[in-house]
Amino acid sequence: MNDCWRTIRFNVNGESRSLNVPPMKRLLDVLREDLRLTGTKEGCGEGECGSCSVRMNGELVNSCLVPVLQAEGACVQTVEGLAINGELHPLQEAFLARGGAQCGICTPGMLMAATQLLAQNPHPSMAEIREGLAGNLCRCTGFIRIFDSVIAAAAKSTAVDEKQAPHAR
Amino acid sequence: MICLNPYGDLSFPKTMSTHAKTRIVGASVPRKEGVDKLLGRARYVDDIEREGMWHGATVRGTIPRGFIRSIGFGRNIDWTEFTIVTVADVPGKNQIQLIVADQPCLADGKVNHCDEAILLLAHPDKHKLREAVASVQIEYDPLPPIFSIEESERKDTIIWGADNLLKSFLLEKGDVETTWAHAAHIVEGEYRTGAQEHLYIENNGVIAEWNAATGVTVWGSLQCPFYVHKSLLSVFDLPEDKVRVIQTETGGAFGGKEDYPSILAAHAALLAMKSGHAVKMVYDRMEDLAATTKRHPSRIRHRTALDKNGKLLAMDVEVATDGGAYSTLSSTVLSRATLHSTGPYVCPNVRIRSASWATNTVPYGAFRGFGAPQAVFAIERHMDEIAAAIGIDPIELRRRNFLRDSDTTATEQVMREPVILDQLLDRALAESDYYARRARFTRENPSNPVKRGMGIAAFYHGSGFTGSGERYLDSLAGVDVTTDGKVRVLVSSTEFGQGTNTILTQIAAEAIGIPYEDVIMAPPDTGIVPNSGPTVASRTSTVVGRLIERAGLQLVSMLQELAGLGLHFSLEEFFAACDRYRAANGKIESLCRYEAPPGIFWDDQKYRGEAYPAFAWSIQVAQVAVDTVTYSAEVEEFWAVQEVGRVLNPVLAGGQIEGGIAQGIGYALYEKVLLQNGHMANNQMTNYIMPTAEDIPPIHVFFEEIPFRYGGYGAKGIGELPHDGPAPAILNAIRDATGVGFHAIPLLPEDLFAVLAAQDTITEPTIV
Repeated sequence: MNDCWRTIRFNVNGESRSLNVPPMKRLLDVLREDLRLTGTKEGCGEGECGSCSVRMNGELVNSCLVPVLQAEGACVQTVEGLAINGELHPLQEAFLARGGAQCGICTPGMLMAATQLLAQNPHPSMAEIREGLAGNLCRCTGFIRIFDSVIAAAAKSTAVDEKQAPHAR
Repeated sequence: MICLNPYGDLSFPKTMSTHAKTRIVGASVPRKEGVDKLLGRARYVDDIEREGMWHGATVRGTIPRGFIRSIGFGRNIDWTEFTIVTVADVPGKNQIQLIVADQPCLADGKVNHCDEAILLLAHPDKHKLREAVASVQIEYDPLPPIFSIEESERKDTIIWGADNLLKSFLLEKGDVETTWAHAAHIVEGEYRTGAQEHLYIENNGVIAEWNAATGVTVWGSLQCPFYVHKSLLSVFDLPEDKVRVIQTETGGAFGGKEDYPSILAAHAALLAMKSGHAVKMVYDRMEDLAATTKRHPSRIRHRTALDKNGKLLAMDVEVATDGGAYSTLSSTVLSRATLHSTGPYVCPNVRIRSASWATNTVPYGAFRGFGAPQAVFAIERHMDEIAAAIGIDPIELRRRNFLRDSDTTATEQVMREPVILDQLLDRALAESDYYARRARFTRENPSNPVKRGMGIAAFYHGSGFTGSGERYLDSLAGVDVTTDGKVRVLVSSTEFGQGTNTILTQIAAEAIGIPYEDVIMAPPDTGIVPNSGPTVASRTSTVVGRLIERAGLQLVSMLQELAGLGLHFSLEEFFAACDRYRAANGKIESLCRYEAPPGIFWDDQKYRGEAYPAFAWSIQVAQVAVDTVTYSAEVEEFWAVQEVGRVLNPVLAGGQIEGGIAQGIGYALYEKVLLQNGHMANNQMTNYIMPTAEDIPPIHVFFEEIPFRYGGYGAKGIGELPHDGPAPAILNAIRDATGVGFHAIPLLPEDLFAVLAAQDTITEPTIV
């Protein structure tokens, strides 16, 4: 793998990055190891738990299943890119107030999935919330307070979400 | 320095704080570490790098039982790049210290389960480890293994001790044998529960460093820093001050990080010592699922005598659990199963014979509920079978036998605290509209391929360690004040999502009379904090919370007596008094040691007395739909009414209940550990299935609050309680829906199919 390192250019949380990496290295590992963006977590390494969810070109992806060469030229958003100037994103505020996070390990991925959901559907029904978050496993909360948090954030700030999600379709 | 009440007896004030009006306790203040978690800047073990850090991996056995004949190293690997640790490198005892030290740190010539650690490897590049692990060839002389409770009981093959018996208990009250003859009804049943995986989303992981001068330092995802500390002292033969254990942010635990981190920490530290580098070991999901602990499988048999009015006369219970290859926590899990096996009922004659058996599988361990979910499943399913057998409404049967004030339990513990099961039941029935829904389903089911039913479970969960456990723990906890003006909570009690940081800082702020924001947690580092005991057994709010309440009140008294603090004070006045006290005394710290509530007595020999200082109580109701075309069972709605003492933080408490119920739904209907040759075959999230956002029904949570006099601001335990009830409530609802009483979990569609498809029409209730 070391013989064929390649320069990959992509945008992470609004910043242009250029990295010399093995092209098949997982996006998850590039984020965590090369860029030290450790907010994105690994839970299963096989695309089941959603802890490593990030947004890439307006799609929610499991970064453990994305070789970094696929991110060439892409816009990637991670949990570190959610708060603006230190102000919590409305979803983060809602998770904090309503108990949407317990141990916190699924939280970054869950926040990205919720961001994606609201970007596509600012006023989701309960069924749509359940479906939108079904790829993200949480073992602590039983999901109920995560649903509450998403509903509260949607009610508060549809317009804000749209502005803060430049990569949304 | 320990200040044990130099200013009068503050330990049990006459005016109980539990009834006082509070500012912060009872409010849903935001989670203490919540912002860090939401911003993605909370540092879990895998997020931490140490200078020159290497990575470690484990070479495990592949057979369930046998002698190691040879270990070979493949020529495809340059082994000089690696550090290799074997049992010969263990400087102290090759034992993991817990209750009985029967589990080796590394296999010493023999393996007793498929995933036993034999060799450890470390390398600077973690990507080189996988191939290296696969290139170690181990040959064995196999021995015959056993995999079930029944095989272990037969004792044809002895794999542990003299008789395969890890632990047994006999509990007797009255005389069951003379009761059978004059009973109006005798009902028997056998109930089985499977293993369950914790499935915390963060796998087990640690980083270890070793240095000749300072000894061993470990950072890790763990529940009990002092358990790891104790075990490392023995493995490394080091004095207490040469081992330091620091908990990192921990991504879920549920009991799964109670005892296992002692093994992993020892492994990483051995590699660190031999390599001279910091070594990180973080399991991937497959290794975590295969090699770490799970909930004990159980087989519980009930034989119950009742009079003609449905009053319990005798309960004869046999509890058997599968403990796995080593004893680990099986004795204490069995103890809690024993003490929860007769349910929240009063019965004059009880006999409980319980046993935990060794098998050649990975040792089973602690998991939320700790034996109670198994016991509650059996008794609460059995109550519905009794009700059907004697022709009485299952609600009414329970009501006729509930424990009430001044009644005695199976251990002859007198119910001194109020018991409000009737009130909880009434509320649960009303909130769930139980009878109206049942009537509707009875009407609709015959013409509907989807059969609906309602099921109930009634149960208690004992708060804190069983019996004399809290006395042995002898916990110490307190508060100090930093020079930059923060009160710090000093505990080894850890946060892993359940809210330790938040509720303990709430309690300290409340007791002292300062804002929540001015109280922080001291780092969970054995070099800094006292040993407030393990973070297990629903003990943190009630036991440790009480210590922090006392320590906070004691701190204020100290300042008022010795530093001129007034009766009423502002925040500035408080910290000014702290500065004066520190100037005079060098530091300012208030610690309190555990004191058992008065009148508590437990006889370990006779297994009699006050099993728990407090019980939390709950009634759960499940509405379940069984699709007779697809044979799937779906929980459509769920109600949980509970009395957990004072609710310290309603948002966090609600989250505990909902999360526990979700895990209980998984336990009942989804989660199956498939063992092949004693090794978990479905050790992936792809095929070990937990409930997702689409599977969890609306959950309605209600609290009745009766402050417990000796708990932190009136709290009892809460964390484990909600996991005890869903499985029996759901299977009782399936019985209500289909007329078929299922006796084992997990109950998967194929299990429903096997029975329901065989029935052309469902007429009479059947017992399977």
